[in-house]
Amino acid sequence: MRSAKLEIDGAVKAYGDFVALSDCSFSVGRNEIVAILGPSGCGKTTLLWSMAGLHELTSGEIRLDGVPVTGPRPEIGLVFQEANLLPWRDLDANIHFPFEITGKRPDHGLIAHLLDRVGLSGFEGAMPGTLSGGMQQRAAIVRALAQEPQVLLMDEPFGALDAFTREEMNRLVEDIWMEARTTIAFITHSIEEAVFLADRIVVLTGRPGRVSRIHEVDLPRPRTTEIMASREVFDLNAAIKAGITGGHRSGKAA
Amino acid sequence: MGDTTPDFARKGSGGGASLANLSAFAPGRGGRTVAEIAAIALTALVVIGGAELALRLFDVPLYVMPPPSAIAAALVTEFPSIAPHLGHTLVELLSGFAIGASIGLVLAAIITQFPFTEKIIAPYILLLVTTPMLALVPLLILRFGFGYTPRIIAVALASGPMVMINAATGFRRVDAAKIALARSYGASTLQIFWKIRAPMALPMILVGLMIGAIFGLLTAVGAEMVGGGFGLGNRLTTYSSMIQMPQFFAVVLILSMLGIAIYLIFFLIGRRWASWEA
Repeated sequence: MRSAKLEIDGAVKAYGDFVALSDCSFSVGRNEIVAILGPSGCGKTTLLWSMAGLHELTSGEIRLDGVPVTGPRPEIGLVFQEANLLPWRDLDANIHFPFEITGKRPDHGLIAHLLDRVGLSGFEGAMPGTLSGGMQQRAAIVRALAQEPQVLLMDEPFGALDAFTREEMNRLVEDIWMEARTTIAFITHSIEEAVFLADRIVVLTGRPGRVSRIHEVDLPRPRTTEIMASREVFDLNAAIKAGITGGHRSGKAA
Repeated sequence: MGDTTPDFARKGSGGGASLANLSAFAPGRGGRTVAEIAAIALTALVVIGGAELALRLFDVPLYVMPPPSAIAAALVTEFPSIAPHLGHTLVELLSGFAIGASIGLVLAAIITQFPFTEKIIAPYILLLVTTPMLALVPLLILRFGFGYTPRIIAVALASGPMVMINAATGFRRVDAAKIALARSYGASTLQIFWKIRAPMALPMILVGLMIGAIFGLLTAVGAEMVGGGFGLGNRLTTYSSMIQMPQFFAVVLILSMLGIAIYLIFFLIGRRWASWEA
């Protein structure tokens, strides 16, 4: 097992009487891709925002390289649901927004390379409202990667996209990871997406959110169509699905 | 008032021209075609020429309704004597609006940060918005005399609450995800205000400024009609008391132009800076 980059240690988050997260513990290894999989309302976003330092935990700790995360950290980049671009800025100004906040000098070469990488060269002057959902999400990924984060967190990044665009985006993320090997943790409610992208899948169950299982995905990369159609992947999909529905039933009975 | 949705989006020359959103003035990227320009000019000619013809044909007395040609002539010949009064009105409008709008904007930005305070003072704001500030002018004149002061105060009182209530609607449009985005990069409260809240509120702020400026103009002219020997409102009472109707309508025409100018200025600012909100 790789050394831990980001550790979630007994994370609990309660809003008054409502417990959103209950004693979550797992780690994200260096250069690893971890999927956090679970149904809606199981506290996935709460967990990810806590990992990004945007939520304070009720108890427990999140550590980056062994150091507790108590607030937003420049080493951690966050990609939001539905792109979250600022509609009054064009793409270029959106990508430069974090630099205006941090005061860091933008690396124009890197930005140009990233834009080219995701197929957005020539769209620098476009307003977000004129772009498709997939293009907006790609711009949001460029915005996060331009900060050169050590850890990239993505909150259901492709949940709002159609199946074809989603698959294309998954391949893009894999490509980018193969190039930069950034540590990635992302939320999804799609088992296929989790199996395609992740080295490990953390399955959460809801109300309150807790880790029910962790699956290893031991598949070579790039994960070709042949690999994804293999017996191994089929079995893994089935095992994850069985775990989720089983957990759901016992949750209802309790 | 809170429901007014700003419409600064660029309209194509073909689509939905209406007076309500002034898109008639916004030909869009393509510009107007020759046929459209001809149709607009022809309509104007028919309306103005028709009025001229009808007023002359039915021999309507000059003191009831002067024909367009007489109004145009009065506008040209009397303009040198009207111009200083236009200047006075502009001074009142600009200074009163500057004071009222600044206070309105600052108050809107502050109170929306404290929802509880906002609830408490909301009825008073509503009272300020709905009360015609013109009603206070006689009182203001008693206290401050016949100079600029009572008029500037009246304009500020009329425009400020309008700006405030619309700007507050804009500032209240909190988008948690966008604020979280800024926070994730370590943005300060001030950075969040200037880079997220203010641009998000801008379309509504512009609507508020436009309505506030129009209300300010109405109040300035009204206050000038109540007392004091100068300003366009004073010209209206003077000319009507002397039954100089061509001059009277020339002043009315100038006031209309002033109103349209206000509308156009904010419309163009909106199209430049707030057209993202379609």
